[in-house]
Amino acid sequence: MADDDLGLMAHLLRRAGFGASRQELEAYAQQGYDQVVEDLVEPERCPPLDEDILQRYFGGEGPEIRVGTWIYRMINSRRPLEEKMALFWHHVFATGYSKGEHALAMNNQIDMFRRVGMSDMREILLELSKDPAMIYWLDNNENRKGEPNENYGRELLELFSMGVGNYTEDDIKNCARAFTGWTFAQPVPLYPHGFYAPQFVFHAEDHDDGEKTFLGQTGPFNGDDIIDIIVAQPATAGFISRHLYNFFVADEPQVPSWNGSPPQDPAAIAILSHAYMESEGSMPHILRTLFSSDFFKAARFQKVKSPTELITGVLKLVGAYRTPTPGMPHYARAAKVMGQELLNPPTVEGWHTGPEWIDGGMLTERINFAVNEVGDATKPGIQTIIQRLQAEGDSLAPEHFVDKCLDLVGPLTVTESTRDYLVRFAQSGGDLVFDPNGSANGAANGASDSTDRVVLMLQLIVAAREYQFA
Amino acid sequence: MSANQKNPVLVIVQLSGGNDFMNTVVPYTAGIYYDSRPVVGLKEDEVLPIHDTLAWNPHCAALQAMYDEGDVAVVQGIGYPNSDRSHFRAMDIWHTCEPIEIGAEGWVGRVIRELDPRGQNVLTGVSVGKGLPRAMAVPGVPVTSFDNLDNYGLLTGIEDERQRTEALEIFKGMYNAGVGTGIVMEYLSQTGLNVIQGTDELKKAKAGYRSTVEYADNAIATSLRDVARVHLAGLGTRVFYTQHGGYDNHANEVPDHPRLLSDLTGAISAFFQDLRAHNASSEVTMLVFTEFGRRIRDNASGTDHGSGGGAFLIGDRVKGGLYAEYPSLDPARWVHGEDLEHMIDFRGIYGTVLEQWMGLDPTDIVGGQFEQIHPYQTTA
Repeated sequence: MADDDLGLMAHLLRRAGFGASRQELEAYAQQGYDQVVEDLVEPERCPPLDEDILQRYFGGEGPEIRVGTWIYRMINSRRPLEEKMALFWHHVFATGYSKGEHALAMNNQIDMFRRVGMSDMREILLELSKDPAMIYWLDNNENRKGEPNENYGRELLELFSMGVGNYTEDDIKNCARAFTGWTFAQPVPLYPHGFYAPQFVFHAEDHDDGEKTFLGQTGPFNGDDIIDIIVAQPATAGFISRHLYNFFVADEPQVPSWNGSPPQDPAAIAILSHAYMESEGSMPHILRTLFSSDFFKAARFQKVKSPTELITGVLKLVGAYRTPTPGMPHYARAAKVMGQELLNPPTVEGWHTGPEWIDGGMLTERINFAVNEVGDATKPGIQTIIQRLQAEGDSLAPEHFVDKCLDLVGPLTVTESTRDYLVRFAQSGGDLVFDPNGSANGAANGASDSTDRVVLMLQLIVAAREYQFA
Repeated sequence: MSANQKNPVLVIVQLSGGNDFMNTVVPYTAGIYYDSRPVVGLKEDEVLPIHDTLAWNPHCAALQAMYDEGDVAVVQGIGYPNSDRSHFRAMDIWHTCEPIEIGAEGWVGRVIRELDPRGQNVLTGVSVGKGLPRAMAVPGVPVTSFDNLDNYGLLTGIEDERQRTEALEIFKGMYNAGVGTGIVMEYLSQTGLNVIQGTDELKKAKAGYRSTVEYADNAIATSLRDVARVHLAGLGTRVFYTQHGGYDNHANEVPDHPRLLSDLTGAISAFFQDLRAHNASSEVTMLVFTEFGRRIRDNASGTDHGSGGGAFLIGDRVKGGLYAEYPSLDPARWVHGEDLEHMIDFRGIYGTVLEQWMGLDPTDIVGGQFEQIHPYQTTA
C-alpha cells in the first residue's frame, strides 16, 4: 500500500477511533479503506472487549477509576468507532458527575451510549430520555403534571436535537408536558448500602396526558410521540450533521453560535443531512457517508485534538496499556488538567472545543504529557520505531532520520519550517549510526547513543505544533 | 487603592471541600454549639478567645497572632441565596459569580482582562496548583499556571539539561514560524511562545529569591512560597490564585481539620513574614475563601455540607476585625432547619476587594452591585 494511503488510513483511525499503533495501521491498510469503514460502522463485525476481565482488573467506584477504564477501552477496543461515538454523545448530551455525584449512574449512561450510540436517532433520544443520570442532571424527576419543569424539554430541543431557532417557547412547554412522569427510582438507599444503579420508571399519575400541540401537530402526546416528531425534522438532520462534522471532520465555531453563523462547508452538511433524512437518522449510514466523502478525506489535521484524543493517541503510539495494568486513573487526571474531565463536562453545553482546548497552561500540560510518554524507550511502540529506523540502514542521514520519524509517528505532515528545525536538530548530532551490537533493544540493554537520539527526536516531534492537530 | 504606591496585588487562597467555619471561628460560649457538636465540638478551655462569644480554633494560633496585630478581617457568614451543596456546583458559583445560570467565564479571568486588556504580560495572572481553576478561565485571556515552580517548564520530560536547552531552542524556532499557517495554528504558536516567555521570566523568580523565612514542608506552604517567589521577582503579577484541598471533613474531622488549619495558618504567617522581610507586603491583600460552610450538627465523625461559611482578608493595609455578622445560632433561623444563614453575599466581598483595593469597577466582573464591607485603612 502506498505511503499516502497509510496517511489516509491514519487520518481515518485518528477520527473514527483513537489512533493506531504502527502494526494496527499496517494491518488496516492491508484491508483497504472502504473495507475498514464498513467494519467501523458495523461494530458488531468485530468482537467486543471481555467485560469480565475489565471488571476484574478495573473494579471500583469513583469517577477517576471509571474514566481510567474508559480510556483503556478507547485504546483497546476492536470497535473503535463504537467507542468514539460513545464519546461523541457524551460531548453532545453533556451530563456532569458534579450534580448527582453518582459515578455508577454516569458510567451506565456511557454504557448506554456504547450500546445504542450507533443505532438511529429515535432509539438514541428515547434511551437518553430514560437515562437516570440525564433525568437527574436536567431535573426531569421534578417534571410533573400541573407543575412542569422545563429543563429537560428545553435542552432536548435546543442542545440535543434541533438547535435554537427551530421551535417556539410553546413547543418547549408542550415538550416538557409530554415528559412529565418520566423519572427514575433509587430502589436501594445510598446510606448505608452504597451506590446502586437507579432505574427509569414512568409514573402515570404524574404524567399529563392532555392534548398538546408540538411543532404544528396536536395530540395527547407522550415523550416517545414527541421524539418521533423531533427525529423527522430537517432541523434535527442539519443540527446532528453539524455536530458530526464538528466532531469528526473539522472544527466549527462553538455550538451556541451556530444559529447565527452558517457552517464552513454547507455542501458537506447538506450531504450528511440528506443521508440522515433518507435513512431516518441511521448512524451507520450517516457515518459511512461521512467517512467515504471527499470532504472527510481532505480534512487531515483540520481539528485540534481533544485532550482525550491527544492522550489516547500518545498511548497508542507508545504501545502502553494494551493489557489490563494498574495506573489508568493517572490518565483520567491527565485529561482533567488538560481541560477535559470526562464524566464531568463543565455545563450542559459540553466542552468548548477546537482552539478553546488551548491556553498556556493546557498547552504546557499537553506537550509535557506527550514528551514524557515517548521518553521511555522500553515501551513497545518506541521499540518498534527504533527497529523500523534500523531497518532503513546502519547509518541514516539527518533528513532521512527526520522524515522516517515523522512517518512512523503519524504519518505526520508538518510545515516546511518545522521540518527544517527538526533537520537542524538532527544535523547537530550528525548521521544517526546504529551500534552494530544491536542497540535495537535500546534502553533495555543500557541506553545507547542512537536510542537517546531517536527518543529526543520523537520528543521534539510530539512537541511540535502539528502534533496538536488530529 | 490610590493610597498604594505600588500596584495592588491580590492573592486568592481557595480552601477546597468546604471549610468548617464554625470550628474555625468558634461560638465557644453558646450551649447550642456544644449540644449540636458532641464529637467535633472544641472545648471551651482550649480555644483562643476573640471576645466573650467567639474564639479561634487553637490550630489557628498563627492567624490569631496576625489578627491581634490588626491584619486580619474575618468575613462572617459569607455565602449567597439558596446555597448549593454540591462541591462542584458551589465552587462553580464562586468561580463564575453566576448562582442561577451556568456561567462560562471566570471572575478572576475578567479581572485579568481589565488589568491587562491586550494580554501583554502573560504573568498578570498566575495560578499555582494542578490545572487552571475555572475562576481564571476566560477565552483569549492568557494566564500562567504551574504546579511547582521548581519543576515548571516545557519539555520537562527531557532530563539532560544540555539536551533540554537545545530542544527548547528548536521548539522556539518551530513555534516562531506561525505567520501564514492559518488562524488556529497562529494562535497555537503564539500560545507556545507565551509559555516560553512566561517560563523564562519565572526562571528569574527562582534565581533571584533569597529568604531567611522558613516555610513548613506541606502543600499550601510550598504553594505560598512559590507565590512569594514570583511576587518578589517583580514580574508584574497582579492576581495570584492557589488552592488548599482536603476540607471535606464528613468523617474524621477531629484529627484532620486541625492539621489543615495549622498548615494553612502557618503558611499564611510565613508568607507575610517573607514579604515583610523584603519590604513587599504593603501592596498585597490575601483573600481566603471556601465554597461553603458545614452543617451545624455533627454526624458523629465529621460534618456534612452546609452553607454560611467564612472568609478572610489579610494584609498590612487591612483594618482587622470581625465583619458582617456571625450567623444566628437560634434554631428558628437555621436554613432548612440545619444550616447557618449567609449574612453577606460573596460577590460583595469580591466587589470590596476589586473596588477598594484593586481600584476596579466590580459591577461587570461580579455581575451586579452587592453590599460591600470597609476593611481597609483609609490612610496609608
